[in-house]
Formats: sequence, C-alpha cells, structure tokens
Amino acid sequence: MTLDTIPRDVNARVASVEMNGAHGLRLMEMGLVPGAPVRVVKAAPLGDPIQVCVRNYHLALRRVEAQSIEVTLGE
Amino acid sequence: MSAILDTPVIDQSAPPLEAKREATIVVAGNPNAGKTSLFNSLTGLRQKVANYPGVTVESKMGQWTLSPELPPARLIDLPGLYSLAATSLDEEIARDILLGRGPTSMSADTIVVVVDATNLVRNLYLATQLIETKQPIVIALTMFDLAERSNLKIDVQKLSDALGVPVVPVVAKQRRGLEDLAKAVTSIIDRGRANSVVLLADGNNDHERQSTLIKRYALIERIVSDAVESTNEGKHSVSERIDRVVTHKIFGPLVLIVVMLLVFQAIFSWASLPMSLIDNVFSALSDAVRAHLPAGIFTDLLTDGIIAGVGGVLAFLPQILLLFLFISILEDSGYMARAAFLMDRLMRAVGLHGKAFVPLLSSFACAVPGIMATRTIENPKDRIATIMIAPFMSCSARLPVYTLMIAAFFSGRKVLGVISLGAVIILAMYILGIAVAIAVAWILKHTILNAPPPPFVMELPPYRIPDFGNVGHALLSRCSIFLKRAGTVILAISILLWALMAFPRAGSVPSGQDGDRAAQIENSLAGRAGRLIEPAIKPLGFDWKIGIGLIASFAARETIISTLSIVYNVGESPDNKSSLVDALRNAKRTDGSPLWTPLVGVSLMIFFLLACQCMSTVAIVRRETNSWRWPIFMVGYMLVLAYVASFITYQGGHLLGFS
Repeated sequence: MTLDTIPRDVNARVASVEMNGAHGLRLMEMGLVPGAPVRVVKAAPLGDPIQVCVRNYHLALRRVEAQSIEVTLGE
Repeated sequence: MSAILDTPVIDQSAPPLEAKREATIVVAGNPNAGKTSLFNSLTGLRQKVANYPGVTVESKMGQWTLSPELPPARLIDLPGLYSLAATSLDEEIARDILLGRGPTSMSADTIVVVVDATNLVRNLYLATQLIETKQPIVIALTMFDLAERSNLKIDVQKLSDALGVPVVPVVAKQRRGLEDLAKAVTSIIDRGRANSVVLLADGNNDHERQSTLIKRYALIERIVSDAVESTNEGKHSVSERIDRVVTHKIFGPLVLIVVMLLVFQAIFSWASLPMSLIDNVFSALSDAVRAHLPAGIFTDLLTDGIIAGVGGVLAFLPQILLLFLFISILEDSGYMARAAFLMDRLMRAVGLHGKAFVPLLSSFACAVPGIMATRTIENPKDRIATIMIAPFMSCSARLPVYTLMIAAFFSGRKVLGVISLGAVIILAMYILGIAVAIAVAWILKHTILNAPPPPFVMELPPYRIPDFGNVGHALLSRCSIFLKRAGTVILAISILLWALMAFPRAGSVPSGQDGDRAAQIENSLAGRAGRLIEPAIKPLGFDWKIGIGLIASFAARETIISTLSIVYNVGESPDNKSSLVDALRNAKRTDGSPLWTPLVGVSLMIFFLLACQCMSTVAIVRRETNSWRWPIFMVGYMLVLAYVASFITYQGGHLLGFS
C-alpha cells in the first residue's frame, strides 16, 4: 500500500520510493528512505495535502507525491 | 575516527587560495534550523542585505568578531537548503557557494553548518554531504535548550568524533555557546584552509543517487543512535496538539480568516495614521520651501518633483513595516507553513503552489513586497505565474482612487438600508481582482507556463515563540530593500513625470497660482499626450483630463488624485479632497452634460484595478525575473485587460441604461 492510503495515526515504515527524477530524490532526502518509520498525522481541510511525521518532524506532501511511497504497516 | 561515506571524487582542481585580510565564513543549514537567529546573534546590527551577483537571491552579510585580536570576520548567511542536490534557485546559489563554484569573493575559509539538535537525523544529511567535501567545517548545534527540554541527551563529544568535525552546542537567543563557536572557528582557520575543493558525486543516475542516499541515512542513524539518548519516543509533540486546532477541518480555516483580517486591519487602518503624518510633514515641507524660495523652475523641481517624490516613497513605509511585521511573526512562529498547507488545494486548482498564498496575500498591501516574497516558490514557472497575477490583488495604492470615486458618486447611499454602497463597491473590486487573477493564472499555467505540478514537499516546522530580535532584523532589511529598490525608482519616475508636466513652460507667467498650474499642465507634454490618447480612451468614458491622470498615475496609482487636483484647478493638498469631489461633480463635457458620472467612476475604478499602473512593480518584476521580457509582457496584457474591461463596463452600462 502507499502512504496516501494508510489510516492516520498508524505507525508504518517506508518500503520503497519510486524515483521519478528530482521529485523522488527530494522525498528521500527529506528522510523518507526505505526502513524509516512514518505516520500520517492528518489531511488538510480540503483533503489534500497530507501531513506526515517522519524522523520526529512534520512534513506536508500532496497525495500524488505520497502515492510514490510504498509503506508497510506496523512498527 | 571519521565515519564518512567513501564517495567517488570527481574534481580536485580548485582556484588558488588568495591572500585575504579578513576571513570569510559562511553559515549554511536546513531551513528552519535556526540559521538566521544564529547569524543575527553573531553579527548584531553589523549586517547588510545584498543580492548575489547576477541573480535575485538575497544574501545577508555581517561582521563577526571572533576574538579581540583578530579583525572581524565576514559572515555570510546562505539561503537555507536541505541537500546539495538543489531544487530551487535559493538552493542552487547556496550549493554553488558551498562548493566553491560561486563568486570568488564568497569562497569560504570556514563553513558553519547549522544543525537543529531537535531534528538531528535530517539536518545531518546536509552536514555529512558538506563534511565529505573536506572543507573546514564547524557544526553549530542549535536549539540545544529545546533538545534538552524534550529529553534528548546528546553526547556532543561523541557526535564530534563520529563526524570528524568540531560540534558546538549553541542557544542563539540566550547567546549561549557563541564564544565556543568563535574559538572552534578560529582554530580551524589557524590550521589553514584545505587547498582543494572536493566535489563529491552523489551518483550519476537515479539508481546510484538512491543507493548513496540510503547509505548516508544509514550512517547518520548509526551516528545518532550512538550519540543520542532519547526518552521521548512516540509522544505527540506540543506542535501536533496546536495543529489539532490550527489545521483543523473547521477551526483551521477560521483561524486563517482571523489572521488575515488582523493583517488587513493593520495595513488598512493602523497604517493610515503614520501615512497621513508623513504626508502632512512633506506637504508642510513643500509649502515651507515654496514660501522661502523664489518661484521658478528650480523651486518646482524641488517641491513637486523631489519632495513630493520622497514623500510618496516614505508614505509606503508604514504599510510595508506592518505587513512584514506580521509576515515575520507568522513565519517565525511556524504558522506560515500551515497557511500554505491549508491553502494548497485551492491554490493548486489554478495551478499554483500553496506557498503562492503568502505572496498573493501580501500583494493586497503592495505588490512590490508580495513579488519579493515569491522567492520561496521553488518551481520557476510557478513563481512567474504568481508574479504575473500579484498586481491584480487590489493593493492599497488603489484605495485612494476607489475612495475618491465613491466620495464623488456613491457617498451616503446604502444597500439594504444598512450597508454602505461604497463598501460593497470596494469589496466588489477586491473580488473582481481575485477572479481575474484566478482566470489569468489558469490561462498562463495552461499555455506559456505549462508544466507538471511541482513537488509540494514542505516542512511544517514546530511552533515557536517568535524571536523579536529576528523580527526586528527582518523589518529593517525589508525597509532598506524597499527604499533602495523601489524607492529609487519611484523617486526617479516622479521626477520624470514632473518634467513631463512642467515642460514646455507655459509662457513666462510665474507659477504658483492654481490657475497657472492648470494652464501649465494642459500645455505640457503630459497634457498633449492626454489629448493625443483621448480618442482611444473616449469609449471608456474618459476625456483628455483623465488621460493626463492615467499617464501620471503610471508612476503610482494614487498620483491620479494630485494630478486631477491640478487639472481641475483645486490645489493639490490632501485637505482639498472635498473640493476635488465638487470639481469632479461639476465638470462638464463640451455638450454640457456632466463628464463624471457614476458609470465613469466605476469604469475608472476597474481600469485602475486591472492596469499595471505602477513603475515600482515593473521595476521589481524586472529584478525578480532578471529580464525585461516579463515586466513588458505584464504591462501589456494588463493594459489590454483593463481596456477591454473598462470598455465593456462603460459601453455595456450605457446599453443597460446606466449613466
């Protein structure tokens, strides 16, 4: 499953990030590398973008971007 | 021991080290890591803002006294960056300077890498990239107090050993650790600068980059887990609890509206007092000069050109100060990122980034700072689109035009018995501006600025109490930027326009009397130009006198009021507004019908809303886009839009039976 589909406040881990140019690279540089724990905090009032917590800080990303991140649920 | 990734080296050549009297130290780090706070604490007020050569990214430079014996070092505050793989102009500039590819005057003797102690892993990503360039580096561990408070125990020595560079914990606001930082930097400089700048290859293709990246994070995690003891895992932070309200589905937008209203109140109401004070001081000064100097061309230049021009520039300062006071507080507190988070979906509907919200909001005060604020938008096409529509936000310079028209034609009228018609019209102007901006943005993004949606990825930094030292610094630098960049243009253009209205001289009659002034302006280059364009603006309901006003208001929109005052022979001090209103009401066309009707007023308001009658905006767009192409395009398409809209308003209004 991908980061945009998991329920909020559930612990997950990044499985893989689709590399489509600078875009995927930037996501990984921000700490979303395979193995990193990640949690969806909430979605913005209009449903998009979403707020995730990764490496103890908060990051906003759009759903299309979250789609390129495969995650697995659980610690 | 140095546990740094072994990455392939691609370039070892470097320019020879030139002899320098003062050391150059650059401060680099992630956005929101406390870089500016540290820079301000180290330099105090000894700093200035400049542009990097050839581009529009700002640099802050200051002097840092490392020790009493040494001459103060030159400290350069780089734009924040997350990685050496830059994705925005700001990041590119910072990267080039860090890798020694920037201007030689900015090549660093030492790099102070600012690392946020509360967000170590991600901050160390850039730090390790920089360490691998083998340049002299000192790490300043900021927010150390916050880390301690949130039960992060950082073994600084261990961290320093693992990274192979000095690490100095600092708390910039309390000036803790600043001396240690100076000592660490001094001893690095004494050791001499490495003779080669080593550029490291983060990989040539996505696969290589990805594997380097994963290795780098694995390395950082190992270093951090060795050096840091955390007893704070899994707890929801204070920021997250604040966000429950601030970005809540219902309360979030409400908070945003309240914040916006406060900003508007400040710009429109609170700023008016100091603005009219400045206005009065300068007209008093002008009167005094007129009273003491013999009447003539020189006195006219001094009073109508220079004093009026300087006054016009300074009158903008209260608004700019108040706007940036709010912007800096909102930015420093962490709210700005939340506003972008809330607004992104809406902004994206027209193809823009959530970050475009702040510049556009600022443009309601003045498009000049608003356009300056577009620098945070990473994608260049997005940024240009935002710049192109910023002038449609009804700025405060339009207000005098609106209020004059309303005072002349709509005063005292009510809608539904309670709401004043004037307020409704002003609101309609704002909404029309926004609607046109949305349409234009959509068109631009689907034609000449067509591009895939840029990545949004934006940090939501923890909420912090704004540091008022930082806010003060930001205000000072904004004011100086405005005075230097926009102020000089406004002054130059106001002198030029004065010349257009002062030449050729109308006979040898000494000027000073209002009647003479009217005769002078009618005969001047501007007056002739007004007559020249009369056939073109007649379908909009305007005559040649308004034409002169349109030409004069190209300097700044509110100039039309003083110009009309001269043309209608009522004197030009602001107290005479009521007499100007009377003059407008009484003005007749050649056939005896009233020239100014409510419909002409609305047509003029719409023209002023949509036309880019602002040399300062043109000048700042030239600076920000680094070409004349965009400002010329902007003036052109806005003029066409304004003309068409006024035409439709006036002609359509006539057909519908309005007058």
